[in-house]
Amino acid sequence: MNVHAKTFNEAARHQTADLRQRDWIQKALAGYYAKRDEFKNRFQSWSGARDTAAAVKWEAVNHLDRYLDEFASRLEARGTRVFWAPDAQAVRDYVVGVARQHQVRSIIKSKSMTAEEIHLNDTLEQAGFEVVESDLGEYIVQLRHEPPYHLVFPAMHLTRQQISDLFQDRLGSESTDNPEHLTMIARRVMRRKYCEADMGISGANFAIAETGMISITENEGNARLTTSLPKVHVAIVGIEKVLPKLSDLALFLPMLATAGAGQPITCYNTLYGGPRQPGEPDGPEEFHVVLLDNRRTELLADAEQRDALHCIRCGACLNVCPIFKNIGGHSYGTTYQGPIGSVITPHLRGLQDWKHLSQASSLCGACTETCPVKINLHHHLLHNRRNAIQARPARFEKLVQTGFVFMMRRPRLYEWAAGIGRILQPLQRLVQGTVLDPLRAWTKTRSFPPLAEKSFRELWRKRKKL
Amino acid sequence: MNIVQVLERLGHTVDYPEAQTCCGQPAFNSGFWDEARAVAERQIAIFQDAEIVVIASGSCGAMVKVFYPELFHGHPRETEARALAAKTFEFSDFLVNRLGVLDVGARFPGRATFHDGCHGLRELGLKNPPRQLLQHVRGLELVEMKEAETCCGFGGTFAVKFPMISTAMGEVKCASIAETGAEFVISNDSSCLMQIRGVLERQGKSVKTLHLAEVLAQT
Repeated sequence: MNVHAKTFNEAARHQTADLRQRDWIQKALAGYYAKRDEFKNRFQSWSGARDTAAAVKWEAVNHLDRYLDEFASRLEARGTRVFWAPDAQAVRDYVVGVARQHQVRSIIKSKSMTAEEIHLNDTLEQAGFEVVESDLGEYIVQLRHEPPYHLVFPAMHLTRQQISDLFQDRLGSESTDNPEHLTMIARRVMRRKYCEADMGISGANFAIAETGMISITENEGNARLTTSLPKVHVAIVGIEKVLPKLSDLALFLPMLATAGAGQPITCYNTLYGGPRQPGEPDGPEEFHVVLLDNRRTELLADAEQRDALHCIRCGACLNVCPIFKNIGGHSYGTTYQGPIGSVITPHLRGLQDWKHLSQASSLCGACTETCPVKINLHHHLLHNRRNAIQARPARFEKLVQTGFVFMMRRPRLYEWAAGIGRILQPLQRLVQGTVLDPLRAWTKTRSFPPLAEKSFRELWRKRKKL
Repeated sequence: MNIVQVLERLGHTVDYPEAQTCCGQPAFNSGFWDEARAVAERQIAIFQDAEIVVIASGSCGAMVKVFYPELFHGHPRETEARALAAKTFEFSDFLVNRLGVLDVGARFPGRATFHDGCHGLRELGLKNPPRQLLQHVRGLELVEMKEAETCCGFGGTFAVKFPMISTAMGEVKCASIAETGAEFVISNDSSCLMQIRGVLERQGKSVKTLHLAEVLAQT
C-alpha cells in the first residue's frame, strides 16, 4: 500500500470514529438539501436544465482549442495579458514574477480551488509575500493552517465556537458565537488588507469565449474588492472553465448556485473583461489571466472520462456522497474532495498513487444522479479501477480473482465450496470477530448471518423429484 | 424459493439452470474485467434459450442489464450479451413493469420500511415498483425512512477493504431504520440486507431484515 493510501485509511478510521464530527456534517447538510430542492423546483425542468448544461459543456470541452483561442484573443484585445501555463510550476513562477516586477508586498486573494491545486499560497509566502484569503471560510482555514475541507464550504467542519476561539487566539477578539459578530471581526481585518494590497488574486467560475470575460460567483463581495482595489489582478483559470457564449450564464449561474449552495442565485456575479480602460474611474491597472493545464489535457485525451472536464466545481456530489459525509473532506488528502476528486485526482496526480480513492466507494451513484452537468462519476470510479489493474495488477488480488473465475466456471466446485462453508461456519462462530476469524474485516463490526441450512439448489432438486 | 412461488402463483413456468454461478460482479467491480468476462460468458451461454431471466437482487440485475453491454463492448459476444441484458429483469421490475402486476395476493401483517438498493434504484431506475408491490400487501403498513435512498454501505469488496467507512454508513442507515419504529426492513437486494442485518444484530436491535420476495410469497 502506498503512502497516500495509508494516510487515507488512517484518516478515514479516525474520522469515522468521531461520531460528533459525523453528526455535525450530516446536520450541516440537511439545511442544504431542503434549500437545494426548493430552488431546483423553480427551474421549469431541472432534468432538462441538466441535459442542456451537459450539452453546452460537451460542446465547449470537445472544441476546447477553438474556444480557448477565442477567449484569449478577445481578452488580449482589451489589454489583458494571457499566460498559458502547462503545469503548476509555470503558474507559480509567473505569479511570483509579476509580483516582483510590481514590487508587491501584500496580496489579497479570493477563493480559488485552482490556486489550491497548485499550492500558490505556499509559494508566494516562501517568496516573501503576505497573502490573505478574503473569503470568510477560506480565511478561517488559512488561520488554522488547514486546506479547505470542502471545495465550496471550506470551513464547514467548524462550529461557531471553534471559529470564535480561533479569532480570539489569532486576532485577539472577544468570544462570541453570533455569526454576524464573527463576520464583523473578520471584516475589520479584511478591509484594512484590501487597502494595503498591491495585488489581487482570484479564480474564475466560468470563462466566456464569446466575449473574452471571466465570471466570478460569490456571496460576500470579497472577490469584487480583491479584483478591483489592488493595482494588479491575476486570475487563475483551469482550461476546462470555458463556456462558448455569454448567454450560457443564464443557465449556469442559477444552476451553480442551486446545486452548489442551495441558493436561487448567489449575491454577486461579476464579469471581468480587462484592466482599467481609458476613461474608467476604477479597476486594476494590469489584468493577467493564467490558463492552467496541469494534466487536464491528459483527461481530455481520455474519451471515456472526458466528461469529468464538465465539472463546474459546485460540490453537489460531495454533499450527497455517503463516503464524504462519514470521512469528511480532509481525509482525502486531495485538493478536490468527494466523488469528483476521486475521479480526477488519479488523472491529475498519478493513477497508482491515487487509485485507492476510486476503490473507497460503494458505487452507490448518488453523485452521478445529482451532478448538474451529468458527469458519469461513479462509473468513472469503475473505469479507474479497471485502468489501475490493467496497468499494474495487484498480485494477491489477481490470485484471488483467478481463483474466483476458476470456481465460478465450475458449478460443482462452487456448490461443494458452499457446502464446506456450511460445515465450517460453526467453527467460525467460535472465533467471530477475533484475530483468528478469516472474516474479521466483516465481523469485527458486523455479525455474519448464518448460511441457509439448505441451498437453493438442494431445495430445487428436492422439488423437482416430487 | 419465494420468487419461484410468486411466479408460479401468477401462472409462469420457472426453470433454474443448475450450471449457473455468479454474474461476475465481484471481479468487475474490482477492476478485473477480463476475469469478469470469463465468468459472464458462461452465464450468457446458459441463459441463451430462456424467454425471460428474473434476478432476485438489483445489484446482480444491474450487472447483467447495465454492465454486461459495457463489459462486452467490441467483443465477439456483444450481441449475445445485449440480448441477455434485454430479457433480464430484476424481480420487482418484472412484476410491475413487464407483467403490470401490482397485487400478487400476498398477506403480511406488520409495520415495515423499504430500503432502496443503490443498483436497483439508480442503475435500473426502480424507485416505485417494489413500493407499489408492498402497498398491495394485505396487513402491511409501509413507512418511509429518512433518506431511504442513502447507501447502506455494503458496496461489495468495499465492505471488507474499507470496513470502517462501510460500517459507518451502515450505522447511519440503521439509525434511519430504527427511527421509523418498523419491525421489518425490506429490500430487493440481498447484499444490502446482509449489511443491514449485520449492523442491526451487532447493535442488538430487533428489527428483522426481509427480502421483498419473502414478503410477497406470504399469503
